[in-house]
Amino acid sequence: MSTLAERILGAPAGSFVDRPVDRAFVHDGTGVLTLEAWRRMERDRLACPERLSILFDHIAPANNSTTAALQAELRTFAAEQGLHFSDVGGGICHQLMSEGIVRPGEVVVGADSHTCTLGAFGAFATGVGATDMAAIWASGSTWFRVPATIGVHLDGTLQGAAEAKDIALDYVRRIGMDGGTYMALEFLGEGVRDLSMESRLTIANMAVETGAKAGMFYADDTTARSLAAYGIHTAPQAIEACHYDREITLDLDDLVPLVAAPHRVDNGRPVAEFEGIALDEVFVGTCTNGRHSDLARVAAIVAGRKVAVRTIVVPASRAVLLRAAQSGVLTTLIEAGCTIGPPGCGPCLGAHMGVLGEGEVGLSTANRNFRNRMGVGADYYLCSPATAAASALRGAITAPEGSA
Amino acid sequence: MILQGRAVCLGADVDTDLIIAGRYLRTKDRRVWAEHVFEDLDPALAARMEGAVILAGTNFGCGSSREQAPVALREAGVAGVIAPSFARIFFRNAINVGLPVVECGGVRCSNDAPVSFSPDEGWVEAGGERCTATPLSGRMLDILAHGGLVEYWRAQQ
Ligand code: SF4
Repeated sequence: MSTLAERILGAPAGSFVDRPVDRAFVHDGTGVLTLEAWRRMERDRLACPERLSILFDHIAPANNSTTAALQAELRTFAAEQGLHFSDVGGGICHQLMSEGIVRPGEVVVGADSHTCTLGAFGAFATGVGATDMAAIWASGSTWFRVPATIGVHLDGTLQGAAEAKDIALDYVRRIGMDGGTYMALEFLGEGVRDLSMESRLTIANMAVETGAKAGMFYADDTTARSLAAYGIHTAPQAIEACHYDREITLDLDDLVPLVAAPHRVDNGRPVAEFEGIALDEVFVGTCTNGRHSDLARVAAIVAGRKVAVRTIVVPASRAVLLRAAQSGVLTTLIEAGCTIGPPGCGPCLGAHMGVLGEGEVGLSTANRNFRNRMGVGADYYLCSPATAAASALRGAITAPEGSA
Repeated sequence: MILQGRAVCLGADVDTDLIIAGRYLRTKDRRVWAEHVFEDLDPALAARMEGAVILAGTNFGCGSSREQAPVALREAGVAGVIAPSFARIFFRNAINVGLPVVECGGVRCSNDAPVSFSPDEGWVEAGGERCTATPLSGRMLDILAHGGLVEYWRAQQ
């Protein structure tokens, strides 16, 4: 009996396998090096252009003319080769791949570490570097070491103000920043049933923060319903009894909103312990928490009030932005004083649109709080959209209403 | 294959943002990455990279998949990186760009002391002590011997 990773890769944990990839994508950052390496390989054509995507999100729109020139080169290449391409304003690569592209059982590689997000669909999705990606462009396949798996059991149901992000911060703190290195995480148990597709994407997204290669959910009715909205019909994946290297259990009934303090993602502790820390900025967005349900949660909390600190909201994709416009969420956020950025990564990687200054303190719904990442000399904390919204209203870290 | 250099000691969980900051990524000029390597960790480190063997703590290279991180180290003249464990994307990227990396726990590091190591035989020698390391797989050694995955691929044609 196999784990989901073993089943998809078709070999037991520990084996080295060569596998064709079903989807492969790069963004404006990693695409530049990929293209350069691919050209140096001196291949005259791409092995599988129909399976490749180039999706601009990291510094999109460009912040200066150097970036613009690099992007122009990739844009031209995508057009020449007829690749699936998303230009500035389209949104974050992982989000776009989740909007009706990736399917259960596929092998998905992205030249970005958070490619594990797409494991939410029951795919084997993992990040690779630019040169590995260039070899995939050239050959259509790559090698994997089939990972051993940590079974993460979710018991019970989320209570009060706790959200999917708190589940993510909780398993990262339990497993630790390198406790999952070379492994896959499999999320199981009754607690999974109630989790929406968006919640599963948030949870799978942070698998790499434990060092894991993949974070996977078995496809079920929720998966099928979410893909059916894009006209894709899929069957559920049966869960087999199998061997896990380790197992941990999270009791969702007892989970409270968490905050990960600088500068480690596995520093999660109850919000109450940080209550009152003054903030210079709140950022809501990223491939972790920039989806419509996240924006709607923030809007519900700030509705009719004003944020007390600069609050930057960046939708994960154009579809999210459009839906927020149609649902009224956008109006509520703007009226509350939030600044809306164009779909993409926003300030997450510290390049533009909301980078923090020396000595400033930020609170963000992103997945990494590494030293200097979102601003040299700044401190920033990670949290859920609800905690971000409650804190934005007060200008200081605040537990969302309904927290135990 | 025996490689050697002077030890540079670093701690655990050195992430790729610390190896090369996001603000330097938008260029193809590799010298820029070499000049700014480890800038946010310790600006004095860049000058010590030529001929260095980095002896780091666990989980070296965690974080983003940016390949500029191992390229920056290689361009700066680093002979190799030794750590008890590496983040997997960094490890793979390092081999792909021709930077020798070896998993080895228990090496005692003293800055500037000579270090030698063998990625194929699987050992590291520092401060007069020899520690056993995990040897690299045949394919990884082959890629390293060619100077990286691009050169390896060209040789396969
Ligand atoms: S939103 Fe942040 S973590 Fe996600 S892909 Fe963009 S830069 Fe990376």
